[in-house]
Amino acid sequence: MAEPILSVRGLHTSFGGQEGLVRAVDGVDLDVFEGRTLGVVGESGCGKSVTARSILGIVDRPGRVTAGQIWLRPADGGTPVDIAALPEAAKRKIRGPEIALVFQEPMASFSQHYTIGNQITEAILLHMELDKQAARTRAIQLLDMVGVPQPARRIDEYPFQLSGGLRQRVMIALALACDPRVLIADEPTTALDVTTQAQILDLLRSLQQQRGLAIILITHDMGVIAEMAHDVAVMYLGRAVETGPVDEIFNRPQHPYTRALLRSIPTVMATPRTRLPTIEGSIPHPFNRPRGCPYHPRCTEKLGPVCETHEPPPIGTGDRQVRCFLHGGIPDDAR
Amino acid sequence: MIAFVVRRLVMGVFTIWLISVVSFVIIQLPPGDFVDSYIAQLAASGSVVSASEAVSMRELYGLGQPMYVQYGKWLSRVVTGDFGESMMWRRPVTEVIGDRLWLTLVLSFAALLLTWALALPIGIYSAVRQYSWGDYAFTLLGFIGIAVPNFLLALIIMYFSFRLFGANVGGLFSPAMQMEPWSLAKTWDLMKHLPLPATILALAGTAQLIRIMRANLLDELRKPYVVTARARGLPEWRVIVKYPVRAALNPFASNLAYLFPYLVSGSIIISIVLGLPTVGPLLVQALVAQDMFLAGTIVLLLGVMTVIGTFISDLVLMWVDPRIRHQMD
Amino acid sequence: MAKTNDAERYAVATQMQLTWWRFRRHKLAMVSLFIVALFYLLAVGADFLAVSDPHEGDARTSYIAPQPIHLFDDGSFRPYIYGLKGVRDVKTFKLIYTVDTSRKVYLEFFGHGYRYSFFGFDTDRHLLTLRDPRVTDGIHLLGTDLLGRDLWSRLMVASRVSLTIGLVGVSISLVLGVLLGGISAIRGGWVDNVIQRGIEVVRSLPTIPLWLGLAAALPNDWSVTQIYFAITIIISLLAWTDLARVVRGKFLSLREEEFVMAAELAGASQTRIIFHHMLPSFASHIIAAVSLALPAMIISETSLSFLGLGLRPPAISWGILLQDAQNIQTLALAPWLLLSAVPVILVILAFNFLGDGLRDAADPYG
Repeated sequence: MAEPILSVRGLHTSFGGQEGLVRAVDGVDLDVFEGRTLGVVGESGCGKSVTARSILGIVDRPGRVTAGQIWLRPADGGTPVDIAALPEAAKRKIRGPEIALVFQEPMASFSQHYTIGNQITEAILLHMELDKQAARTRAIQLLDMVGVPQPARRIDEYPFQLSGGLRQRVMIALALACDPRVLIADEPTTALDVTTQAQILDLLRSLQQQRGLAIILITHDMGVIAEMAHDVAVMYLGRAVETGPVDEIFNRPQHPYTRALLRSIPTVMATPRTRLPTIEGSIPHPFNRPRGCPYHPRCTEKLGPVCETHEPPPIGTGDRQVRCFLHGGIPDDAR
Repeated sequence: MIAFVVRRLVMGVFTIWLISVVSFVIIQLPPGDFVDSYIAQLAASGSVVSASEAVSMRELYGLGQPMYVQYGKWLSRVVTGDFGESMMWRRPVTEVIGDRLWLTLVLSFAALLLTWALALPIGIYSAVRQYSWGDYAFTLLGFIGIAVPNFLLALIIMYFSFRLFGANVGGLFSPAMQMEPWSLAKTWDLMKHLPLPATILALAGTAQLIRIMRANLLDELRKPYVVTARARGLPEWRVIVKYPVRAALNPFASNLAYLFPYLVSGSIIISIVLGLPTVGPLLVQALVAQDMFLAGTIVLLLGVMTVIGTFISDLVLMWVDPRIRHQMD
Repeated sequence: MAKTNDAERYAVATQMQLTWWRFRRHKLAMVSLFIVALFYLLAVGADFLAVSDPHEGDARTSYIAPQPIHLFDDGSFRPYIYGLKGVRDVKTFKLIYTVDTSRKVYLEFFGHGYRYSFFGFDTDRHLLTLRDPRVTDGIHLLGTDLLGRDLWSRLMVASRVSLTIGLVGVSISLVLGVLLGGISAIRGGWVDNVIQRGIEVVRSLPTIPLWLGLAAALPNDWSVTQIYFAITIIISLLAWTDLARVVRGKFLSLREEEFVMAAELAGASQTRIIFHHMLPSFASHIIAAVSLALPAMIISETSLSFLGLGLRPPAISWGILLQDAQNIQTLALAPWLLLSAVPVILVILAFNFLGDGLRDAADPYG
């Protein structure tokens, strides 16, 4: 397989609050490829969104990236650069032209005090060498491309004058304003109704085909993953517990957590009037992070004491990895 | 937009009317009619008012007729600029008030500008650098501003400047300039004396507005549009100033509109402590001496001035907030 | 196991209990609550704590600087103060009283002093009195004023007046605020519109000139009590608007809540919904608003009295005490008169912290 555009290694992000340190992202490895979608899935609070912000280098204070590398392969194919180590000014040149973000709440993601045109052209003027008129023309083209009707008129409207679906389209136009190669979509369809959801996913797919966009799709919805993703990373408590191609994940899930997630998807094949299986318990509070495998208190396939004392290392090769003692890696001293 | 202006204008006129009624009530409140007290006062100082003079005065002010007729007569003379005569000074009220009204306005307005100039940047700083030493220091200063009534602050500053520098910090002019006619030099003299009383007057409001600005901006800073603005690669200061500060400006500006009456009120009381030639000391003197035409006129003029000031603040607010403009379209 | 108990405790707690639990975690607010409580306690026992009659002074002992109490005499606990002696000024031949360090006057606990009435009991017991004093001797912890009246004793009695005026004033404002705010929210329509516009008008009035005008018009022959209530009413007439806004806002947002809807669907009457379902759920907000309104009331009274247009002597309030400290010549001569500002600042600060803490506790997300 080709070299990844973006490759995250051992990413750690923690929030130092008054009550102690919270490790929101605790050693995440991810690879994103051109023209492919990486689905990042997990329950709320597992560190998906913080991972996205860490990649962009925009974690809110008091949070900060404490360790790890984020390798970005330059457009001309040179040697990858660790963007986590770049100075702030250089990071800003990456946000927008290289990596862009689409957010879950289209209403709240826009400022209500400026027209959408103002907010789109702002990014264009900042990163591209275009004058105001050309930037405006480009913004209208972008709106047209994402399927906003009458873009020349809409460009001067305020976000509160648009419908929810339209707003999310504009959001995508805004993200694509400077031709990024990687698009991070953080729950892009959660706030939308089912029909609009499907339209937005279609739009993302067609944009990916046209431009060879690499997409990181963050969601808690296994259905969206099945529909959109080529590769999947399942996250639990700040860590990717299982990664692999989408077929592998759905057909041969290896981690008990992945299996539990898949069981909890409602299907039309299910026997009527049976309860949908849910995952026992809830995500532990990050302060009381369990010792050993973080999933062991909820795990139905627990091996034994080793799960409570040791953290399972990643097992497997390149694009197919799992962190679970069921698949090996039990340390010698715990045998 | 026009509807907004018209509504504000109607409200303003109504408020002015209400103030005129209150002023009239104040004029009427002392027991007996004021011609009696006028005669008594003149008698105390040795002059005598003849019975026919008294009758013609009663006629002029409509005394003995129903209250609303008296009010009407008073009002119709007030709109022509005839506010009656001060008993204490034996001169027309307008003459007694003289420059004092404008100086009150200058002082209040200076305090208003100062409040803006201080509260906005400090509020932004405190929110962006939440829990920093600077934030704590400003929070402490803010609590002092809220807890120390401004007349007390004026007293304390007077005392310490007297103790430490042996200087009297009161007044709006140097003694030599006090009686001079207006000139460039006198204006400059005023400018030099203005900062201290304006700061004392502005402190309480500034403290409040810093808190409002800080709280609102903290709310705004957590909103997703800040993240998307950062994700666009904007420099941090531009992200903050263009988006969340812009949003936090609205509640800030609408609180500012209510600040003006508050400052006018405050100017009265600190003027007395600092001995400033505003209408404040005059009002208290007039009230103590029951010189009701003077007192009522000052209350009326202050009220009208406040309403006009608030109206202008409202217009500024409208200009700042695109949502008000758009709702009205 | 403790955890589930906690969870249960939280699940069955009332809104007020939850607010109180959250409030207790606010250290600054708890300290403030303590200070406020202490001040009200002082106010109740003002006469008992006063060391001499706050209304009576001996002009000979005017402007005596604050005198410390010495606790130990010859190594044993026997609190005493120094007496005062008259010295003739060599230039003006005026008799001036100064501290006489050669003469110790011993203190007595629970001795007899001036007569006062404590909740209807006529008594003359005070915490501290002097044993065998001369006429001009006195305990002057904070010094004396021009007329030789003891500042400490005056401050005690002034606290009572100033603190209660705040309470009475807030009560009146509260009734007005809840009534008008409630009506505004419940009736809606033009009633709401009129009340809201009215609030805007009142808020755009310059308060101090109006207060001054109204206060100055009070008849001179009114008794201290009549003036007291008149001033309270004047202050609260312009101070109810904030409370009305809080009440209206809460009513409006609560009306959208499910539990109110549920009560409506269950056929509860409007009165029952308001008093049984809505009021309890924002009582803590009202308490918070009240504790933020109190310091404003106290400042208002103090300002009015300070200008000589509020309470009038012989009444004693913080404002009246500060009136003595109004001009710089007096302050240069007797800077301790400025000490009257300390309780004002302390109480206002405490009420502000208390109100902030209460508001945070009542509405952790707002």
